[in-house]
Amino acid sequence: MKFLVCISNVPDTTTKITFTPDNKEFNKAGVQFVINPWDEYALTRAIELKEAQGGGTVTVLNVGEADTEPNIRKALAIGADDAIRVNAHPKDAFFVAQQIASIAKDGGYDVILMGKESIDYNGFQVHGMVGELLGVPTVAPAMKLDMSGNTATLEREIEGGKEIVEVNTPFVASCQQPMCEPRIPNMRGIMTARTKPLKVVEPTADAARTEVAAFALPPQKQGVKLIPAENAGELIKLLRNEAKVI
Amino acid sequence: MSVLVVVECDGGEVKKSSLEVASYGSQVAQMLGTTATAVAVGEATEANLAKLGEQGITKVLHDAEPRLKDFVNGAYTKLIAAAAQKEDAKVIVLANSNIGASVGSRLSIRLQASIATNVVELPKTDGGSFTVKRGAFSGKAFADVKLDGDRKIIAVKKNSIEALHEAGKTAQVEAFSAQLTDADFADAPKQVVMQDQAGGILLPEADKVVSGGRGMKGPENWGLIEDLAKALGAATACSKPVSDVDWRPHHEHVGQTGITVSPNLYIACGISGAIQHLAGVNSSKVIVVINKDPEAPFFKAADYGIVGDVFDVLPKLTQAVKELN
Ligand SMILES: Cc1cc2nc3c(=O)[nH]c(=O)nc-3n(C[C@H](O)[C@H](O)[C@H](O)COP(=O)(O)OP(=O)(O)OC[C@H]3O[C@@H](n4cnc5c(N)ncnc54)[C@H](O)[C@@H]3O)c2cc1C
Ligand SMILES: Cc1cc2nc3c(=O)[nH]c(=O)nc-3n(C[C@H](O)[C@H](O)[C@H](O)COP(=O)(O)OP(=O)(O)OC[C@H]3O[C@@H](n4cnc5c(N)ncnc54)[C@H](O)[C@@H]3O)c2cc1C
Repeated sequence: MKFLVCISNVPDTTTKITFTPDNKEFNKAGVQFVINPWDEYALTRAIELKEAQGGGTVTVLNVGEADTEPNIRKALAIGADDAIRVNAHPKDAFFVAQQIASIAKDGGYDVILMGKESIDYNGFQVHGMVGELLGVPTVAPAMKLDMSGNTATLEREIEGGKEIVEVNTPFVASCQQPMCEPRIPNMRGIMTARTKPLKVVEPTADAARTEVAAFALPPQKQGVKLIPAENAGELIKLLRNEAKVI
Repeated sequence: MSVLVVVECDGGEVKKSSLEVASYGSQVAQMLGTTATAVAVGEATEANLAKLGEQGITKVLHDAEPRLKDFVNGAYTKLIAAAAQKEDAKVIVLANSNIGASVGSRLSIRLQASIATNVVELPKTDGGSFTVKRGAFSGKAFADVKLDGDRKIIAVKKNSIEALHEAGKTAQVEAFSAQLTDADFADAPKQVVMQDQAGGILLPEADKVVSGGRGMKGPENWGLIEDLAKALGAATACSKPVSDVDWRPHHEHVGQTGITVSPNLYIACGISGAIQHLAGVNSSKVIVVINKDPEAPFFKAADYGIVGDVFDVLPKLTQAVKELN
């Protein structure tokens, strides 16, 4: 079975977010980039399923410029077999989805996995766009994924519960915990990753439908008002009379 | 031309987040000089749908197909696309929920529309452009996003828009059929398992949340959290390590890699306030922190704080709420 795992290159979760002086772009200076944490679930689960099936391939795909390659190599070190980078600045979710759909179609992938959402743009939309472009079902967000032959059984989170869904390949799923325990690269993985194939291709479509006009930081908090522990009940009065939230 | 809003219903009622979506849609309609129509998904009664007039909705399309009770991606997408066609919708508004994001992203391709999710404010429409403000970088920033083209889809973040309540106004409920076939239900769930919710308040919909971290010491102490939550009518939540070791279920885990909440009140008990935790809660209107360590980073993000032991403070708070009621 052929797995395609889409990974996004995002600022480390501890990053202090700042923007360029015109507020048009995220300020990358000094920022450490990581594989989007949700995508690690997709990657590890694909590797586990491949191992359980005793054959097949896991290909990682990133739409990004050359500076994403260290994280693509990291995904190879974790256990993917090969990688594709679509050499482009990811303009928006639609732009990215078109690239993923085109690679997925040409490569005849059976299972297309991604993370629930990117932690930078928080779109939570690439999954559905890719599914619709390919005309295949999408399951988002999935907390569990098992395969038996060409049929997958997934647990899909809904507000207040979960649905058990069955779909046949090909399909798209966006992954989240507790799907698996994400793996970290070991020494052998890091060594072999250097020689695994990483193909760079040019984008197939150029269209985007949105554009960021400006970024802004949230307003600063006024500072905390401390209530002595002996007087804890006072807090409840403040919440009612001052903050008016209860 | 019109604005179409997608209202999610459950157990006959319109979800709170969908009342916000309806209010958002009717205000956009007003800005564009048109009216807002709703299309209902899930299980809804006609009486409750008619009440959407209070949120400024003129008409509600209702497909009585019983299999629409549970979320089915294929069927919901087709239903909403058909409603959009019928109403010549230029703007489609839905909730930034798992359902809204699943359907909205597919619709954006099918209807060749631009889409913004996680939207927190009404659009700005000066000079022919259409710009919305959305949350980005997991609650650490906002982005003004320009939506191109003549069809737009907007997924509105929960609890960011005040629901309108114009008492007495009713919407006209109209039977509508999207002519759904068995094929549209191919991805219907085999089974739906709802959580056993203490007090019946769902975390993603809650406007008050009481949350516990490792400082609670063990699952046996969660009664303290639940008592305060119950007294306040709040949902319960937790930090990631707490769900990682199974003190609490995963669906309660908030933060960068859990769910994002934006309630009016978030009370953090024995949580240090790591940046990844804050990412999931920092758009809450009022944050209260209870921690025995005065240096805990969470105090910097808090509006009110108590430096103290949760085992001492929580029962006092619960008592004070009971006295107030
Ligand atoms: C340097 C840089 C500048 C950017 N500038 C803009 C901008 O100006 N405007 C804008 O809207 N967006 C911008 N983006 C975001 C970029 O276009 C996003 O990748 C795209 O918008 C998808 O993000 P999302 O949050 O919508 O995806 P989601 O739908 O939240 O992502 C879901 C999943 O899709 C997969 N995925 C997402 N992105 C990629 C990718 N690039 N390659 C492979 N898989 C992926 C991952 O598995 C991810 O978990 C920029 C990104 C970068 C790195
Ligand atoms: C990639 C990544 C993603 C992550 N995503 C998330 C996420 O989504 N959500 C999340 O929560 N975390 C996340 N984390 C983990 C995060 O970094 C922190 O480790 C975590 O939030 C700490 O949880 P905590 O505050 O419960 O525990 P601790 O940091 O151990 O804090 C416990 C606190 O309780 C206080 N305390 C102890 N006893 C008492 C008492 N008797 N009375 C009062 N206070 C007491 C202590 O002073 C301390 O401040 C992520 C980490 C990484 C690396």
